[in-house]
Amino acid sequence: MGFLGDPIKFIGDWLKSLIAPLNLPPVWETFLSTLTSVIAVASFGLLIVIFLIWVERKVAARFQDRLGPNRAGKYGLLQTFADMVKLITKEDTTPETADKVVFNIAPVLSVVSVLLIWAVVPFAPTWFGTDINVGVLYIAAVGSFGILSILMAGWSSNNKYALLGAFRAVAQLISYEVPMLIMLMVPVLLASSMGMVDIVARQDMWFIVVAPLAAVVFLISAIAEVGRTPFDLLEAESEIVAGFHTEYSGMKFGMFFAAEFLHIFTVGVLFAILFMGGWRGPGAEQFPLLGMVYLMAKSTVGYFIAIWMRSTLPRIRIDHMLAFNWKFLVPLSLAILIVTAILHKLFAATTLYIPAMLVGNLVIFLASLGALRAVAQRQRKQRKPFKKRPVAKAA
Amino acid sequence: MLDNWLFIGIFISIAAVFPLLPIVIARFLAPRRPSLAKQETYECGMETVGDTWVQFKVQYYIYALVFLIFDIETVFLYPWAVAFDVLPLFAVFEGVLFILILVAGLAYAWRKGALEWA
Repeated sequence: MGFLGDPIKFIGDWLKSLIAPLNLPPVWETFLSTLTSVIAVASFGLLIVIFLIWVERKVAARFQDRLGPNRAGKYGLLQTFADMVKLITKEDTTPETADKVVFNIAPVLSVVSVLLIWAVVPFAPTWFGTDINVGVLYIAAVGSFGILSILMAGWSSNNKYALLGAFRAVAQLISYEVPMLIMLMVPVLLASSMGMVDIVARQDMWFIVVAPLAAVVFLISAIAEVGRTPFDLLEAESEIVAGFHTEYSGMKFGMFFAAEFLHIFTVGVLFAILFMGGWRGPGAEQFPLLGMVYLMAKSTVGYFIAIWMRSTLPRIRIDHMLAFNWKFLVPLSLAILIVTAILHKLFAATTLYIPAMLVGNLVIFLASLGALRAVAQRQRKQRKPFKKRPVAKAA
Repeated sequence: MLDNWLFIGIFISIAAVFPLLPIVIARFLAPRRPSLAKQETYECGMETVGDTWVQFKVQYYIYALVFLIFDIETVFLYPWAVAFDVLPLFAVFEGVLFILILVAGLAYAWRKGALEWA
């Protein structure tokens, strides 16, 4: 197979032939090859951010009937590089009263938490950083570092706005982690494995077909987990300035910015892997490069929905948002888990499998819709009739 | 197996170096003229009054407690989900029973008003 068939293997073999004459002990060889693949995966993750920022600005601009960046380079492609130059040459101030060590660790940690997820992403049949057997649990674990970094940033800034942002972040992010974790369990259950490679391998039928509600709830809670509009209470500009990163400037702010953009795309990637069959597609087994293209194409689905939600929906009030999570998403996700588990066990090998799963999902969907309707009707009845009041009235 | 975790270990260190790099580069390229006014908390706005690290609303703490219960629940349920293919129907319903007990816990927290943002 030539270079185009499997470029990674080609380059790997070439690198091995480079170090072969050195006669290194096998331990060093393992270490060097691991190091090379680590650097490859990590730099892919970070380089894609540069492109993603441009994509998001362009798409968001189209939603708002604007052109978006179009001055720097062809189609504004160099805009992100211009932004980077600006951020790097900005003075980086640290408040005198801040907790300096924590203040400086926080932006690094926020990028690390997102980048670590990419270690277990299977890009193509033979291309993946590593395949640990607790992949999904690992993703949940490193994802929580992001929450920690936001709390660290808000607390150490010694600024009341930042602290408020951090408090909100804790309330929001840990709340939405519950439905996300429960919905992550649905692919694990269907594939009977936590390894990402196994989950992709088991998706002869995309999991979104048999568990569509789980996919939707996962996407909603994962977007909330990133903390973007409409769930961006932790940095609501109109209320608490910039939230947890109020005191950050220069490249440290840039790191929070990059982490957020990478995180939302990572959500798209995870959505594609867990529910849409990852790299699977016609011809992907023969040509890993094609599998990578499929994965990236599928990732744009979740990513585009996130941008769409961001530019369509207004910010939700914090009590509404927490109520939506605890009183709607959590019971709903538990119901989905129970129904999926029972139906999967009863029908897995039969021809009725897909219809049974779809009917189960439909029943849950209609029931939750009915519950929402009932609550809304009750609230409408309780609402007092509108009375005309004088316009200006002293408190 | 150990190789996989070696990969994760190296990945953590590399992932920490990558975001550090631009910050360090910026340290050399960016101007550094600190002044008393610039180093103030919330430099561009009003001067802050009083201590920042104050007591916070107890509601945040209650949400954290409820979260903790569900987080531990999911940790218990993951092995159940991983072994799902080989589980007998009986074990599946045991798992469902476990979830239902937690639903009862959620209903209790709801009833007690732990989920209200008051």
